[in-house]
Amino acid sequence: MTMPLIFEKSKQGRKAYSLPKSDIPGKETTELLPDWAIRKKPAFLPEVSEVDLIRHYTELSHRNFGVDQGFYPLGSCTMKYNPKINEDVAALPGFNNIHPYQPEELVQGALELMYKLGRDLCEISGMYEASLQPAAGAHGELTGLMLIKAYHESLGEGEKRTKVIVPDSAHGTNPASAALCGYEVVEVKSDERGGVDLTSLREVVSEDVAALMLTNPNTLGLFDENAVEIADIVHSAGGLLYYDGANMNAIMGIVRPGDMGFDVLHYNLHKTFSTPHGGGGPGSGAIAVKEILAPFLPVPVVKKDGELYTLDYDRPDSIGRVKGFYGNFNVLVKAFAYIRSLGAKGLREAAETAVLNANYVMRKLQGRYHLSYDRDCKHEFVIDASYQLKHGVNTNDIAKALLDLGFHAPTVYFPLIIREAMMIEPTETESKETLDAFIGAMLKIAELSESSPETLQEAPHNTVVGRLDDVTAARRPILRWTPPEG
Amino acid sequence: MYPKELKYTEQHEWVKVEGNQATVGITHFAQDQLGAIVGVGLPDEGTTISKGEALADLDSMKTADQIIMPVSGEIVKVNMTLETQPELLNDDPYGEGWVVVIEMADSDEINELMSADEYKDHVAKEAGA
Repeated sequence: MTMPLIFEKSKQGRKAYSLPKSDIPGKETTELLPDWAIRKKPAFLPEVSEVDLIRHYTELSHRNFGVDQGFYPLGSCTMKYNPKINEDVAALPGFNNIHPYQPEELVQGALELMYKLGRDLCEISGMYEASLQPAAGAHGELTGLMLIKAYHESLGEGEKRTKVIVPDSAHGTNPASAALCGYEVVEVKSDERGGVDLTSLREVVSEDVAALMLTNPNTLGLFDENAVEIADIVHSAGGLLYYDGANMNAIMGIVRPGDMGFDVLHYNLHKTFSTPHGGGGPGSGAIAVKEILAPFLPVPVVKKDGELYTLDYDRPDSIGRVKGFYGNFNVLVKAFAYIRSLGAKGLREAAETAVLNANYVMRKLQGRYHLSYDRDCKHEFVIDASYQLKHGVNTNDIAKALLDLGFHAPTVYFPLIIREAMMIEPTETESKETLDAFIGAMLKIAELSESSPETLQEAPHNTVVGRLDDVTAARRPILRWTPPEG
Repeated sequence: MYPKELKYTEQHEWVKVEGNQATVGITHFAQDQLGAIVGVGLPDEGTTISKGEALADLDSMKTADQIIMPVSGEIVKVNMTLETQPELLNDDPYGEGWVVVIEMADSDEINELMSADEYKDHVAKEAGA
């Protein structure tokens, strides 16, 4: 059942506000604005009463599905539950009512938080110095690559090193960021265990390589045990190592990218450190680097001078700013609240439980769903619909059927290297009961694919609207509502 | 499904040779694997592209992919209709869904392409994998 738009509920003259009488004399717009700037027809804005307005948006919000309502196993993106204490801390007036132009001595608390968060992120990743400016993961990738470029240029090798190596199991943003930074992208294939194929890697590594970007665990949810060797191969040719931290949830407190030989990484604070994700974010793609890249970090960097925290702009080799002011500050507050409320032990436990949960679900589904790589996974795993395809049921049908059973669908048709892929990441917060309920739903769908494939092909049946014509929506989207003539 | 008069590539492009010109599109197998194609990024006429480099981008409901140049040369004609009707790639891949015409730089490269029979074997292998 669809509902009318707020525009369709509009009745001329209804208002959801009342203003007091103005105590200053009014002026005509024609006295204040030139003729060209004045609208000839009044804007068509919805006119509704306060209660109708509230009901409209409350009803809409009921039709949302989020992690506060149910299981949300989207892989490759760590959509974890966000503890509410993060919101409480970020709402503190001392954080909320400050202005970026306030002098340093009046915002010492905010600077201290940024300094300490930067130090924590360095400790967790085994790095030397951090920048909290990048606004999202891909922005962090671009910033990291700009640092790598600045580094090679400082050695007089900027022109020579034109290539960035990206494995085919990397996040899709990796090749995009490398291309945006002006590099030529060279892809290396995965081996039969799902890791980087070392023979192919050796073939492409040479003096013209600026960097290799690795997502580890990769988008198959598999940890590449050859990370140290990969780092050695690239380093020995003078290239640097970029670590995509999108999958940090599997390894925090256990291994550190810095120790594996990586020179720079980005975090997705909105993934690993439970600041809200999706729905507009905003995100935070904080980066941390080894000492050799630190001189090039964006300015300003928060510095500690005795008891005083200051913004350091005096870094002559810096690539400059990558964002206005100091990053998405409230997101940083939430990440810091999360890190400090869990502590070192708690972060490790979160990673261990995330990995345990993923392996539990994977092994329970194995046999009824084809496991693309039969190896212990990290925080997520990939299955595909090859068994169900024999009955005419594809991944899309399975995803739609899950909606009928009250679960959000997993990531589908990604990674691209697996046909009919489903990528499932349960995260650490889910109880055994929730995991069992999801497993039950998946097994029921597997059974239905044999006994009643048409039920799945027509799913969903219980949602507000049924199977959408997503192809027409993509080919000929209607992007705005237009009022009926008259 | 795989017209005899066409030549084929491993990445599932078809090539129709007429004199020194080659018309290029994607095969029935390619469009079936991609699913509903919803967007195409086409090259400009007059661009010269080498064999093996990307010729066009495809967006489907499932994935994003590239069409690869089967032979080197200059793009002399582009099927602009695909911009507004990408479904032609699904509905009529060997006809209305043609993508570009190439003025070949080296017509010997044609000999490196597959015949319809060879391509059929290639597809059978990929589908079984």
